This record gives sequence, C-alpha cells and structure tokens, in this order.
Amino acid sequence: MGKYIIRRLLQMIPVIIGATFLIYAMVFAMPGDPTAGKCGERPCPPAYVAEFNAKYNLNDPLPVQYAKYVGKVAQGDLGENQYGIPVSEDLKDRFAVTAKLGLMALVIEGVIGILAGVLAGLRKGGFIDNLVLVSTLFVISVPIFVTGFTLQYILGLKFEIVPPLVGSDASFYRLLLPGVVLGSLSMAYIARLMRSNIGENYKSDYVRTAKAKGLKQTRIIGVHTLRNSLIPVITFMGYDFGALLGGAIVTEGIFNIHGVGGYIFEGIHNRDGMAVVGAVTALVIIYLIVNLIVDLLYGVLDPRISHD
Amino acid sequence: MAIASISAVALVATACGGSSDDNSGSGGDGGGGGEIVVNGCTPENPLIAGNTGETCGGNVLDVMTAKLIHYNPETAEPEMDIAESIETDDNQNFTVKIKEGYKFHDGTDVLAKNFVDAWNYTAYGPNAQQGSYFYSPIEGYDEIQCSGEGDDPCADGGKPDTKKMSGLEVVDDHTFTIKTSEKVSNLPMRLGYTAFAPQPDSFFDDPEAFGQEPVAAGPYKFDSWKKNQAITMSKFDDYAGEYGGNADTITFKIFKEQEAAYTALLADEIDIIDQIPANALVGDKYKSDLGDRQLSQPNSTSQWIGMNYHIDKKLENPDVRHAISMAIDRDTIVKQIFNNANEPSTGVVSPVVDGFKEGQCGEYCNYDPEKAKELLKKGGGYDGKLTLTYNGDGGHKEWTEAVCNSVKNAIGIDCVATPTVDFATMLTKLGENELEGLWRMGWVMDYPSIENYLAPIFSKGAASNYYQYDNPEFEKLLTDAAAADDAAKANEMYQEAERVMLEDMPAIPLWYGKSIMGWSEDVSDVKATPFGNPDLAAVTVE
Repeated sequence: MGKYIIRRLLQMIPVIIGATFLIYAMVFAMPGDPTAGKCGERPCPPAYVAEFNAKYNLNDPLPVQYAKYVGKVAQGDLGENQYGIPVSEDLKDRFAVTAKLGLMALVIEGVIGILAGVLAGLRKGGFIDNLVLVSTLFVISVPIFVTGFTLQYILGLKFEIVPPLVGSDASFYRLLLPGVVLGSLSMAYIARLMRSNIGENYKSDYVRTAKAKGLKQTRIIGVHTLRNSLIPVITFMGYDFGALLGGAIVTEGIFNIHGVGGYIFEGIHNRDGMAVVGAVTALVIIYLIVNLIVDLLYGVLDPRISHD
Repeated sequence: MAIASISAVALVATACGGSSDDNSGSGGDGGGGGEIVVNGCTPENPLIAGNTGETCGGNVLDVMTAKLIHYNPETAEPEMDIAESIETDDNQNFTVKIKEGYKFHDGTDVLAKNFVDAWNYTAYGPNAQQGSYFYSPIEGYDEIQCSGEGDDPCADGGKPDTKKMSGLEVVDDHTFTIKTSEKVSNLPMRLGYTAFAPQPDSFFDDPEAFGQEPVAAGPYKFDSWKKNQAITMSKFDDYAGEYGGNADTITFKIFKEQEAAYTALLADEIDIIDQIPANALVGDKYKSDLGDRQLSQPNSTSQWIGMNYHIDKKLENPDVRHAISMAIDRDTIVKQIFNNANEPSTGVVSPVVDGFKEGQCGEYCNYDPEKAKELLKKGGGYDGKLTLTYNGDGGHKEWTEAVCNSVKNAIGIDCVATPTVDFATMLTKLGENELEGLWRMGWVMDYPSIENYLAPIFSKGAASNYYQYDNPEFEKLLTDAAAADDAAKANEMYQEAERVMLEDMPAIPLWYGKSIMGWSEDVSDVKATPFGNPDLAAVTVE
C-alpha cells in the first residue's frame, strides 16, 4: 500500500511539469495584447508597454520565459499577476472560497443524489422511481445559468429566504444557494447512476445469498449492495470535484463569488500567464490527489480490488 | 483671458457640486455621515494618479485626489479647487497661485513643489507613466522623453539627459509658473484631470509601494484595499477645500458581473451602481425596478466611424462619405441594439463638454435613403465590398453589423463588418495605415473642452489622427482658437473647425454614450459627473 502511494506520487511530477508548460505555451500563443485595456480607451504609450514587457519577461522566447518562471516557482514564488498582486496571495483567498463552495456542492450532490438513487433503484417503476427520473431529467435539461438566476430571484430577492449574493463574505450560509445550484446537475447524474447500479447489484448472486441467510434488509442494502454500487459514483464524484473547482465560472458570476474559475477566466482573457499557470497548476495537483484518494477508496469499498 | 471663465469669483456654487436647493453639508465638515457602498472594479495599475487612465482606478482616485481645478458635476464648468488663481496675459505663460491650508492625508502641506515634482515625474519618459502625454503642451516636454528607436525608446542610451521640464518653475511655496511651447487657451481647464494631481514627498521614495496605499489631498483618504473585493476610504478630517463629502466612509465593492451588482442593488447590499446591465435595460426594466432612484444623462463617450480616404481611394469623393452617413439609421440602432443606452449624435463632440454645439453635422447625420442614393450617384458610386472593421474584444459585433445592414439596405453597398482580435491589433493596423474601408472609433474626454475632441484626433500629425486628416483651414481655426484671449471666442472657432471637419467627413458621427445609474433608498443627491462617475462626495446618506 505504502509503496503504491509513493509510486503514484512520483508519477505526478512529470504530469505537473508537462501541464504547466503546456498551459504556459497556450497562454503565450494566444493572440491579443496583454496591455489592452490597461490604459482606458486608448493604446498604452510605448514606454509603458516596454516596461510592462520587461517586467513580465514578455520579450523573451517562450522556453526562456518558462525557465525563469519555473526557477521562481522552485523558490516558492509564484510571481505577480498583471495587477501587481502576488499570485500566491490571490490563490490563497480564492481557493479558500472555491474549496468551500466545491465541498458544499459535493456534499449536497452526494447525500441527496445517493439517497434518491437508492430509493429509486429499489422500487423500479414505482412512484419514487418515476419522480426521480422525471425531476433529474428536468434538472439535466435546464442550463445552469437559468437555474441560478431563477433561484436567485425567487429565493433571494422575492422571498428573501437566503442572501442572493456572496461577495466578499463567503460564509457557509451565504454559499448555500450557490452550492445547491452548482451541485444540482451532478446531483441528477449521481441519482441516475446510483439507481441503475443498485438495481443491477440487487439482482446479483451475493445479494441473493445474503437474503437466503436471512440478513436484515437494511444490512443487505446498506452494507452489501451499496458498497459495490458506490464505485462508479465515487469515480464520478472525484472527477466532478475537480470540475467544480475550475469550472464554476457561471455560478461564480451569478452570485458574485470571487473564486478560482473566474480567476482563470479573467487571466486567460487578459493573457495573464502568471495567474493562469499558477491557478491551473494548483488545480492539476488537487486533481491528481483526489484521483489517488478515489483509487484508494476502491480498495476500501470492494475488497476484490487491491493495490498491492 | 482664460481666467475670465474660471475666476475664483465664479465660485458661489455650494459645496456639494452646485445644486442650489440642497443644504446638506458644507465643505470640509459636511453633515450626514454614514456609509456608501458603490460598485467598483479592480484597478488595472497601482493607484498612482499619473499612471491611471482607465475607469476602475480612476473612480477611486477621483474621490481621493484634489487638483488645482474641480469640475462642476452638473455643468462640467471648471471651478477653483487648490488653485487660488491661474493667470495669464498671453495664453502661454501662466502663473498659478495655490491656496494655503490644503494638506495631504499624511499631514504634510500641499505646496507648489508638490505639483511641479509630480508633474515632472509623470512626464519623464523613463518613468513610463500613462498620463505623460497630458504634459506635452508644456515647454521642455520633448527634452525629457526617450529618444531611442524600436520597441523600447528608453533602451540603450535613449534616456533623456534631464528630468525636469523647463516650462515649470517654483516661485515660492504657494506659487509656480507654467510656460507652454505654443499658445494653449484652455490649459487651466485641463488641470482638473487626475493626471495633474499633486503628490506628497513620500511618493517619490517608493512609487510602487505608494500605489498600494496612496496618499492624496482630496476629501477622502485611503483606508484599505482588499484585493479583488473592496477598496475602502474614509473622510479626511483636515480636508480644507470646498468639495468635502457627506458620508463617513465610501466603499468600492468589486463585482465580477454587472448583473450581480444590479442584484445587489435590488437586495439593498449596495447603495449606488454606475452601470445598468443589458438585461435590466430591456424595456426600461430598471425604471420600473427603481422608480425615481435612477438617472440617465449623456457622458463624454462619443462613437463614430473613421476612414482614411488617402489609402482607400474609393472613399475619396466626399459625396460618397456623406451618402454612407445618411444611410445609417441611427435612431433604430440605438433603440434596438443599445436599448437607448446611447443617444444618436449630431457631431463628434460630446454634449457634456464646454463648447458643445448641437447639429454640427447638418443633414448628413439624418437618415435619408433617397438623398443618400442621390449623393452616391453624384459621387460616382462605390464598387465592391466595403469593410467596417471593429475590435472583437469590446462588444461591437451587433451594432457594426446593424450599421452595415442599414447601409446595404439604404444604398446597396455591400458592407461587411469585420473583427480584429483586439483594440491593440486594430490600432497597430491603423498606425501603419493599412486599414481600408471603414473602422469604428470612439473617444472619451480627458478634460471637458471641445478642443479635446478635435486637436488630439484630427489635427495634422496628432497621435490619434489615423484618418491622415489634413485641412489647412481646420488647422488655422485650431491655432487661432488656442490663441484666443476669450473662451467664448475660442469655442466659436472650435465649433467652426468641427463644422469644417464634418463637411470633409473623415469621421461619421454615430452616437454619444449615456451614464445610467441607480441607487438605493438609503442615499440621495446622486449626480453623475461629466466623466460619467457618480459624484460620491456629494451623496448624502439618509
């Protein structure tokens, strides 16, 4: 087990280096002018542009730029973004908010999705099953910005049940509504995934054996069936967590959450290489770690899968 | 005399930006109190007055800085602020006397040297300050610019030998003189721009650090800047001027999306927003949402279509240019594409500036397909494709296509809207004179004078003259106007110059921008300055 983890950690190093270089190259290759908009409605004076390019090594060829960047990162310095703010400071703030939001969405989609999936899967064709199928279909087919704006208007502005915006005060209470909106789509997927897996495993031989032995229904489902059925769901949630961190741009925009997704989007828009590479590298690392955790969970859930 | 229009005597206006019926608060120790939250955005650069040319940082510095001149928020009339008097006999040698008692937020006095040092710093080429070009009329400006060739004029020995402009001289603690290289009758009017703010001695020690925690001499002092979230300011107790604020603190809350800022206003989480998102403009939804807690008035943005008929010979005949102008249905486009957030224009000069005159374009800005067809025939027609180039990074797609459709339907020219990647790319192409056909262009004023919409854009050799416009009659009017000893006379000449230019039509006027603002029930006295910002110092908190 320990050997396996170490091997996996070592494998991450080339992945991270490759990913950062690719992203750096892509940001660099984008057309457009990084100083656009920095001087209002007119082009920046040549002296300003020259100083800007010197500050961010924009005159160097790409490999040199990248080498300078990695050299700095090795010393723990992620550089400054184009607003002159250290990227590490930015990321600390934004990851704190985004991680909160991502975890909330993950918990909401996990608990509700698994519960709905189990209830639907046990009585296929029943009322609950149909209810889950119809409602998840509805959630999947409505775009997230529609869900977001509608819930914001009804719950936040009209009936004032929850605060409509998050802003700089990212408390759990304020993140509740965006968490639901962000998790809603995956919640529907998890419910459907769970439903089909439970249905499948419930007919399998070992469940029939457990029934024949006279085990309680709760134990048959809660321990035997559920554990096996969770494997695809856990895989999906691991992938989804990464997607929630970086891909919550729409939700962040609607609720004014200053998170990582929007940060990367703005960085790409302004050709702000430092910001993009810093944020994406952090995302890649998180993604790899979550992946490792998911792999280890397989072994816990299904003893037949072993990493030794 | 330039001072005739802005002598200190004219300053009978009240502290709060000149509305005669409000008696809330007087300069320096205004009543009111309370807190204002307004929507903001992240400044693109550190907060240094001479290096801020965009609105996000500009809005913040507007509230914090005091300049020689203050622009009346209702009329854009320049009023004396730190200046006691600005005198000249020849529109070339100016003597500036400043009031005593003004203090910077760090407690030091505002003296003549604070102006001269700051101005020299901003103008000095190697400091690479955006506001540098504002100082170009001052004698000695060229001597402190970098002379190198290539991308970086300041590299390898291109640095200037001196750091000071010969045209600025400190006489004593409260007097300094300005000498311009040519006659500039509206120089005093320009001195209210942020780039002309004085800087305290502490600025020069470490400008970079100063930009994170700026110190100025205005009614509000800087408190904190929580990156990407909020910038907070509070009332400065020792503010000596007449334009003091009412609220105790002003917070710029940073929103990523206009929609979110609007939602925050509806939820009472913010007091003022200076923009209304498109979805609330549709059908004037914002008016039913906010009742009378909103305003819309023209601001200094002016949009037009430019062309260079020296390189595109097909546009050489003025009749063709007039025909294109008369084939554009401005009213319909403004209504359908902009939801009335713009206003069709009758000239290139914005209505908010001193010297503006309505109807300068004459009949050429009217939509008249029949007349346009006649003119086109008279001008020899137009063969082939006409491109209308726009920068693809600024939301211009819809309206450029609408303009092209309008031209196509009215006079049958095959007009195609074509994007460039971004504004910089477009300007590079324009600078190299390689854009044929038409292209979009806009202007936001630097200072509220008609001259600012003519000389920097259409005079021969000007930095923004991408039209290669060159008309001796126009040039003469500009020179005479700059030398006029009377503001009204100068304005008349500038207006005449605008008419001459529009008769040649290197630029087809389209529309003016509007400032549209909304506010909550907790504040009142919200007014928009000519620059399109809310005049925050004048706002009272209920």
